[in-house]
Amino acid sequence: MLRDYVPLLLHIGVAIGFAVSALLMSVLLGKAGRRTRVKDTAYECGMVPQGETQPRFSVKFYLVAMLFILFDLEIVFMYPWAVVYKEMIVESKLVLWSMLSFVTILMIGYVYALKKGALDWKR
Amino acid sequence: MSPILFWLFAFVMLVFGAAVVINRNPIASALSLVVCFMGLSALFISLDAFFIGIIQVLVYAGAVMVLFLFIIMLLDLRVEERRKINLVAFVGGLAVAFALFVQICFVVDQLGAAKQAFPSLRAAKMDDVHNVGLLLFTNYNLPFQIIGVLVLVATIGVVVLSKRELR
Repeated sequence: MLRDYVPLLLHIGVAIGFAVSALLMSVLLGKAGRRTRVKDTAYECGMVPQGETQPRFSVKFYLVAMLFILFDLEIVFMYPWAVVYKEMIVESKLVLWSMLSFVTILMIGYVYALKKGALDWKR
Repeated sequence: MSPILFWLFAFVMLVFGAAVVINRNPIASALSLVVCFMGLSALFISLDAFFIGIIQVLVYAGAVMVLFLFIIMLLDLRVEERRKINLVAFVGGLAVAFALFVQICFVVDQLGAAKQAFPSLRAAKMDDVHNVGLLLFTNYNLPFQIIGVLVLVATIGVVVLSKRELR
């Protein structure tokens, strides 16, 4: 069983090795000057930045991410459904109707979000 | 699976779980949490719970972390970096954590089941996604529909809470 995971191990090894070697080479071969507070600012030779450097983001990002998670959850339940569907549909139609009702319940939420303009980016 | 792998992944989880708390930069904390979730998923997979392992990566490391990163974007990061460590709170928190640890050790020591070695898992006849699906659509059909209502409530809730001037 463990032997199945050797390609995954190789993949992880290559990923970590690449990241470490790239960072290490840039430290070893690159030339680093002395770092000062002024040098770390965005425009070293320009004006001293004033006020907030970090812009506040719109709450729309949060809304989109949250809706993404909720519909992601819906898909999670579709995986086992798709696996057992062919086997269970022979016995009864229940498996079809239960998933249809689940999707219908979620569709109400989707239509609500759509009608409220929650997915409308411009507003 | 070999116990070495369990210890390895448990160690990775503990180190990155600690990194979540210790890091001053919230983005670095969030990314440490991703690695922590990966270790947890590896532990699930080593218990032959492949479905939960994959969901752990897809939903938690994928979707929930996106939400965390967006929330970090909404916050003012400078406040966290400027904040000084309160020594009294630090020592107090450490004491509470230590007391809890001692208590857990004490309870586990009293527990009879903790002393015996558990038998190794039997090889499954079916893959676990199959099992989950069969149970979900026969015995647990009503809870499944209730989850649908719960997600609906969450959908409406997030739209209402984050509204500014909705139609």
